[in-house]
Amino acid sequence: MTLSVDTSARKDRVTAHDEPPGKGATVELIDLHRRFGATRALDGLSLTIAPGEFIALLGPSGCGKTTALRVLAGFETLDRGKVLVDGQDVSAVPAQRRDMGMVFQSYSLFPNMNAVDNVAFGLRMRGRRGPDRRARATALLDTVGLADEAAKYPHQMSGGQQQRVALARALAIEPRVLLLDEPLSALDAKVRVQLREQIRALQTRLHITTVFVTHDQEEALSMADRVSVMRNGRIEQIDSPAMLYSNPATPFVAEFVGTMNRVPGHLERSGVAVMGMVVPVRGGVHGPPGTTVDVLVRPEQLMLTPAERGEAIVMTKTFLGSITRVGVLLGSEVAVQVDQTSTEAAQLELGASVELRVTATEVMVAEPWSGQIDRTIPTLASGPP
Amino acid sequence: MVALTVDVMTEDDRSADGEGSSRRPRRRPRVWRAVVLVVVGLYFLVPFYAALRFSLQDTQGHFSWGAFRSIPSQQGFSEAFGLSIRLAVVTTLITLALMVPTAVYVHLRVPRLRRLFDGVTILPIVIPPVVLIVGVLEVAPTQLKSTPYLLALVYAVLAMPFAYRSLDAGLQAIDLKTLVEASRSLGGRWPITLWRVVLPNLRAALLSATVLTVALVLGEFTMASLDQYQTFPVWVVAFDQDDAHVSTAVSLLALVVTWVLLLGIASLDRRQFRRSRTRTG
Amino acid sequence: MRALVGVVPFSLYTFVFLGIPTLAIVIGAFQRPSGGFTFDNIRIASSGVYRTGFETSVELAVLTSVVPGIVGLLVAYVIRTSRGEALRRIVSTASGVFANFGGVPLAFLFIATLGTTGIATRWLNSLGLNPYSHGFSLYTFVGVSIVYMYFQIPLMVLVITPALGGLRPAWREAASNLGARSWQYWRHIGGPVLAPSVLGAVLLLFGSALSAYATAQTLTSGSIALTPIQIGSFLNGNVIAGQQNVGKALGLGLIVIIAVVMVFYGILQRRASRWLR
Repeated sequence: MTLSVDTSARKDRVTAHDEPPGKGATVELIDLHRRFGATRALDGLSLTIAPGEFIALLGPSGCGKTTALRVLAGFETLDRGKVLVDGQDVSAVPAQRRDMGMVFQSYSLFPNMNAVDNVAFGLRMRGRRGPDRRARATALLDTVGLADEAAKYPHQMSGGQQQRVALARALAIEPRVLLLDEPLSALDAKVRVQLREQIRALQTRLHITTVFVTHDQEEALSMADRVSVMRNGRIEQIDSPAMLYSNPATPFVAEFVGTMNRVPGHLERSGVAVMGMVVPVRGGVHGPPGTTVDVLVRPEQLMLTPAERGEAIVMTKTFLGSITRVGVLLGSEVAVQVDQTSTEAAQLELGASVELRVTATEVMVAEPWSGQIDRTIPTLASGPP
Repeated sequence: MVALTVDVMTEDDRSADGEGSSRRPRRRPRVWRAVVLVVVGLYFLVPFYAALRFSLQDTQGHFSWGAFRSIPSQQGFSEAFGLSIRLAVVTTLITLALMVPTAVYVHLRVPRLRRLFDGVTILPIVIPPVVLIVGVLEVAPTQLKSTPYLLALVYAVLAMPFAYRSLDAGLQAIDLKTLVEASRSLGGRWPITLWRVVLPNLRAALLSATVLTVALVLGEFTMASLDQYQTFPVWVVAFDQDDAHVSTAVSLLALVVTWVLLLGIASLDRRQFRRSRTRTG
Repeated sequence: MRALVGVVPFSLYTFVFLGIPTLAIVIGAFQRPSGGFTFDNIRIASSGVYRTGFETSVELAVLTSVVPGIVGLLVAYVIRTSRGEALRRIVSTASGVFANFGGVPLAFLFIATLGTTGIATRWLNSLGLNPYSHGFSLYTFVGVSIVYMYFQIPLMVLVITPALGGLRPAWREAASNLGARSWQYWRHIGGPVLAPSVLGAVLLLFGSALSAYATAQTLTSGSIALTPIQIGSFLNGNVIAGQQNVGKALGLGLIVIIAVVMVFYGILQRRASRWLR
């Protein structure tokens, strides 16, 4: 009854077999409110999660995503609102009886127990007998690929190994809901990617409703069925990763998910004037012609062509594989990232003048940003890079 | 009696701050908690109150500031206090002159020895002062035995663990290696580096080590009494025969002064710690 | 090897002022006053009134390390889990200060409290419970123990607080999440993880109590048989002829006991630091 997840395998190669499908519970968060002193950690958060769904809570620090998770787990109380699991109100149920498995950010393994005992702990609390629970624990460790480390103690394991044990421990109790609180943040980049795939594979196979908290949008987009982008205690948008990327509901979401450029332009009757052309605005033009706005456009929605006296100058080139991200200085202050194929980009020289064009059929506009000017692309005055 | 340094307190602050974010609902009874604190609090505060009352009485039992006021003029007080101060100064100089270069050196050149050093500085705790003085008096040449400064030389050994731990904590907080390398790479030679870079950054640790050493010397009774020199604590005990009120008053004063001094370093420590934390944070 | 040059001054000083005296004691313990090797000192030091001294000292040290150990642990825990920042700060600094209280001032404080005419004594008297008429005296074993607690409890609080801080909240929450109730957390995780630190702290307290001199001397002036006091009396000259080196044998005994205790302390510390990283 083992599944050895090859860490280099892609998730679509994981095969199903004799593990019975897990219980996927329905989770409803209804109008959650919670304050810590003057801060509103949760400000009317509502969310419904379907059985077996993998939801990511994504947002900057302080947006309330961890608070929401902890409320669900039972570690925080609510000022207002309800939490329903499979239709039952669990707000009054203490954490130890909620039957949810949680994986913490780091160092949550019990230091005085080895891997097997850690994984078996939940079963022990539920009264399972010694040999019985050890067998199941060992099986789970095998599932996460750590059968050889069963007798090791946490301080003898790497970060990635510890988190895998933590995952096995959470799954041992066959929870209705699986909660993950930034479990990969403390790990090395490479381990992070491997574990991402493992977690997702396991989750798919076991069909457990899962809530995954992260501030890393790449993580969220690559793992989740739906991603909920949060800000200031509320959900800005909840959608599939593709929809979030292509159809962001607000400028915040647009900039948080993926890379987004901000280029100054002004409104016209039929769209927004930017880079010498007028582009239609998504959702229509709302404002008098002449209003200064920032145009939001993605690197792959721009095109640059070498020109004698173009309005932009190439400042940097970042090789990303098949694509090269070219940093361009528009006018004297605006830094813009443009994606070119690497073959085209190879022909561009630093300091060359180019022309920029928007290739998208429509763009989003936002209030001009009053923050600091982005100086990550050095100006010409400081000499060649 | 083993005294522990103030750096243990800053560690406490560190971990306390670290878990401040987890605000779990507290459902357990507050009663037993309050009971523990009250009982323990009483145990610690009542003797103070008792001593205060006793010291504010004269021999007839009436209220009087006499005990306190007469301290400086009591027989033997100024000699004993002066001796203790002189010993404290000498001990501090010896201790710092010995421990600062050593601590810096160990941190820079032989970091592997740091574990060993932690162990070595525990040694004075293992050799009780009462035993140590026996050994010292056995082997010390008569010239040394005839001066009270022999005590200062031995006190430095007693002060070592506390001084070392203060300095160690301070050195760790300032990332000594990087600072020194930066200074050297900018052309600073060793003496300048030590004087202008290392020592100023160690101010809090140095102060802490100094205060602890001084407190130790001013309070040390065992070795002084057995070496038969009348330092301040020895005088206090001897004077008890004459007027217990004065001895009690002096003891109270000594405690309060120590308290103030230690509180002083505690707040200094905390401020310097917070500063260095925001620097690296 | 040359790198060790910088450590020479310190090593030299330590050797001269710590090492040599210690050697003198160790060697002297086995010497006749007139010269020559002997076990006599050891023999005398481990029998009769000196044996009683060791026993009483150890009893005192055990009592004043275990009880303050428990009390200190309780106080540290209560403080740690309290919400008042001010309370925590007060206790923290108070512990640092009280742990440093010298023997002499402390003794006087308690004489004023529980001495024959002390305030607490008179108060209890007014309630009809004069402790002195029931056999209690500040100047005996029990009295001295009570005074020792005054610096032992804060010492325990100081030592154990960082260890308590090492108990990560994630463990508590993970245990709770997996179905454990409060007592189960303490039994399976909290207790075992803290145990080496607590034991180590108690050992430290033991060493501290065993070597204490000033307090006991001020209170009892030698009326109780305690090894440190007895060692001191050898320096005051009232020594039986031929037994001059017995004091060193006593000293050696103390050193050995404390050294053994410290070795265990070191082992426990290492275990604790592995888990409480």
